[in-house]
Order: sequence, then structure tokens, then C-alpha cells
Amino acid sequence: MMFSRILVANRGEIACRIIRACQALGIETVAVFSEADNGAPHVAMADDAYLVGPPPANQSYLNVDRIIEVAHRSGAQAVHPGYGFLAENAGFARRCRDEGLTFIGPPAETIAAMGQKIEARRLMSAAGVPVVPGSNSAMPEDADPLPLVELLGFPVLVKASGGGGGIGMRIVSTPEQLAVAVRNTRALAQRSFGHPSVYVERLIERPRHVEVQVFADAQGNVVHLFERECSVQRRYQKVIEEAPSPAVDVHLREALTAAAVHAIKAVGYVNAGTVECLLSGRSEFYFLEMNTRLQVEHAITEAITGIDIVQAQIKIAAGELLPWSQDEIHATGHAVECRVYAEDPNTFLPSPGRITAYREPSAPGVRVDSGTAEGSEMTVFYDPLIAKVITWGEDRCQAIDRMAQALQEFAIEGVKTNIPLHLRVLRDPRFGAGDYDTGIVARLGHSLG
Amino acid sequence: MTEVRSSMAGTVFMISVEPGYVVQPGDVVVVLESMKMEIPIEAIEGGTVTEVRVQPGEVVQEDDVLLVLK
Repeated sequence: MMFSRILVANRGEIACRIIRACQALGIETVAVFSEADNGAPHVAMADDAYLVGPPPANQSYLNVDRIIEVAHRSGAQAVHPGYGFLAENAGFARRCRDEGLTFIGPPAETIAAMGQKIEARRLMSAAGVPVVPGSNSAMPEDADPLPLVELLGFPVLVKASGGGGGIGMRIVSTPEQLAVAVRNTRALAQRSFGHPSVYVERLIERPRHVEVQVFADAQGNVVHLFERECSVQRRYQKVIEEAPSPAVDVHLREALTAAAVHAIKAVGYVNAGTVECLLSGRSEFYFLEMNTRLQVEHAITEAITGIDIVQAQIKIAAGELLPWSQDEIHATGHAVECRVYAEDPNTFLPSPGRITAYREPSAPGVRVDSGTAEGSEMTVFYDPLIAKVITWGEDRCQAIDRMAQALQEFAIEGVKTNIPLHLRVLRDPRFGAGDYDTGIVARLGHSLG
Repeated sequence: MTEVRSSMAGTVFMISVEPGYVVQPGDVVVVLESMKMEIPIEAIEGGTVTEVRVQPGEVVQEDDVLLVLK
């Protein structure tokens, strides 16, 4: 049965985005907020709002006991975790289930399995999905890692199984560096993820990062919503995304989406998910990881398919069947997203502070998802995302032109933003030609000196 | 005596030294977390750590003294 009240366990733009989806479905919303977010847009938009703790996330947005208590007190039947914070926390998903609340996402067991990268690699490999050549189990603590790595060939990446998003990852180019890198990564993994498992993968040089949006219902129906290209990154974090990917032709799209559908069937997935892949220079693709949640960049898929992904998440969590068959899902035109961060466009260092002036762009084909307003404080406690600008065009060129225009009109004062970096990328001839890889931001940074 | 100061506001994520440690110029002595990003703080000059003024989890402001070297 459809929910009448949903608690949104997040803040900022994604909390606002989820509240909008609930409003469209006629569902009441409950916001939670920390002391740093009193009066924030997501609090103002919700039907009801509860303070959950002091500014640091581990005392507020990650405070599971308090959030569950608020869910019960407010009469919510379901919890939407958004992305980040508790979104990929299997313990939280389990706790919701135990407390009689619906967690809007996949089952806790799927989140747990996909959160351990070694386990995810093993499952994907067993399902016949190509994975980056590497170790199929955790590296034993006392064995010499060199023989395996020599089989793979240097350079390799030493990775923490519990890691992700670039955290707990080291490039090793020579045999001499290997033992130390394994030891350090193990220590970091223990400290950061509570588990010392590490593994190695061959380093795919100058890859493109392409991901497939997938959706499944509890009856085992599965569809994909095409791919997104996410190669414009800094510090392994995405900055600009586009859909479709300029690197993916019809044949590759068929192989990529078929592999993604196969992968999520193999793990019994339910709800929205993303299969992230690396694309080598020779158009070979490898499974990288599975994100068991709503992605930051989901809006570009919405722009080309016309599908509201968050509404669909809620319907599937309420037990409905997938609202579309694969044949009913079509992609039209091209979409680009720029993540506008409060950060220095040259050093990428955060730029906290109060936003003293704020005016969003508005034009045909332009969407701005934001949780920010004039007077908003960009604090050190949370990520630096001010807003996401999404543009759609009949073709790639129009989408990019609309983006450049929109970003130039976006007025933000009081903090530094990375809009100059976005404009540099959008005007780069190789970006314009669609011929770029994950090294593009570093290359443009160097060319500016 | 030299002081190692915070280059920006953030939360102390990790302290890689203790009193008595000898550091070289450029060594990362503290890692701050700010806006979900790790910010390494390096010692500009070398020396022996005499005092660590912050603890992991503590919120610091720009220019706060993190530790003292001799």
C-alpha cells in the first residue's frame, strides 16, 4: 500500500528533491535537521521537521537511534535515505525493517554484499560480468603479494574492500612499493572501515567512467535506463556528468546494459541501483562497483527518459511493479549535469562560508536542483555541493551551450565556486568532441599553469 | 619554536605525530576533514613535536594552532 508519510533522512538538495517527489505523489514528508541546518530549505519544504542533533554528521544525520525515534514519533511508514549519510548503511536498512519501517532502497543483505568490493567482484565475476583483472579474494595477511601482482603486471591499484569513492586506494608502479602500500592500505581500511581486507586490481590507465542506471521490482522484473558518462572528476569525485555517453555506440550500449541487467538479476536486486564500469581505451568495459542507492547524477537520466526516478523508487518500495517495460523506455536528446561546489576552482580546496547572494539561472531546458538559498551557510560539516545544474538539449551541442549560458547566469556570492572550472571544461575542444577520460580535469588544470 | 596552524576550518580527522616525533619540512602532521574532503596539513619547517593541541574529532578554525615544534 502506498505510504502516507515518509521521513527524509538527508539534507540539502537531495532532501528537497525527495520532498518534491513525495509532494507529487500526495505523500506527506518529515524532514530531519542538525543544529547547523535550522531553517534550511529542506526543513521549510517538509510538512514536519525534527532536530536530530549537533552539526557533526555522526551526531545528527548518522544518528540512527534518533532518526528511528523521529520516524516513529512522526508517524512515518518509510524512510528515504537519499545518497551519502545512511544510504549505503546495511545496518540502518536492517534496523528500519526490524522497526517496521520501509527502507526505500534495496534489501539490507544486498547493500552489505555490494559494500564489500571483494564480494561484489566475486558475485559479478560468477554472473559472467567482466571485472577488472585482479585478486578474487582478500590478500592473505602474511603471504607475499608480489607473485599475483606480477601476473597482473604493474601498475596496479591496491584497494580497501570496504572503500569506495577513491578512499582507501593506492597506485603501485614498482615491486619495491608493493609491500608498504599493502600494509598502509590495510591499516587505513581497519581504521576507516573497521575491516582490514585489501585486494589488488590492474590499473586501467586513462579510463572512462561509465555507469548504467538499473531498476528492479520485488517480482524480479528488471530494466535499465541507459548509461551516464562520469569521467570528468577531481579527487575521484564526479564534477560533470552527461547522458548518453559520447564514448558508447549502439553495440557497446547493448553489451553494457545487458551486462548491467544480468548483474542485478544475479544479486536479486530490488529498487534503483547503478552499475559503475570502467571503459578502457579499446572500448572494453569492466565492472567497477555497484551503488545501491539514488545517484547524485540521476537527474540527467530523468532528463533524457522523462522518468521520475525518485517517484519510481517510492512506488517500488511500496510494493508496486515496475511501471514500465524495457520497450517503453526511450532516450531522447542529450543531458549534462554540472555539480556546483563551494570550492576553489584551481586548488579544489573547500570554501566554506555564508552565501550572501544567490540567483539561479532559468531558461528552456535548464533544471536546478538545490538546497541552498541566500543566507545559507556552507559549513565544514557537510559536502560542498551548492546546487546541481542540469541542462537538456536536442543534441549534445545544444545541451552544452545551454549549460555554459546557465552557469554564466548563476550568481553566487560569499563563497568561491567551481563554476570557472566547469566553463573551462565545457569550452575545452576535446570535451566538445566527446574525446576525454578521467584525466581531463588534471590536464586542464596543468594547461592553465 | 614554531607552530603548525590550520590552513582552513574543519574537523581534525587524524593526527600522525605525537610529542617527541621528529618531523621534516613537508611531512603531513595532521589531516583535517572539511566539507567531506581530507585536507593534509604539512609541517613547513622541521623539528621535534613538543605539544599537540588538538584531538581527533575536534573542530578547528582557520589559523588555529594544531601543534608546536621545537
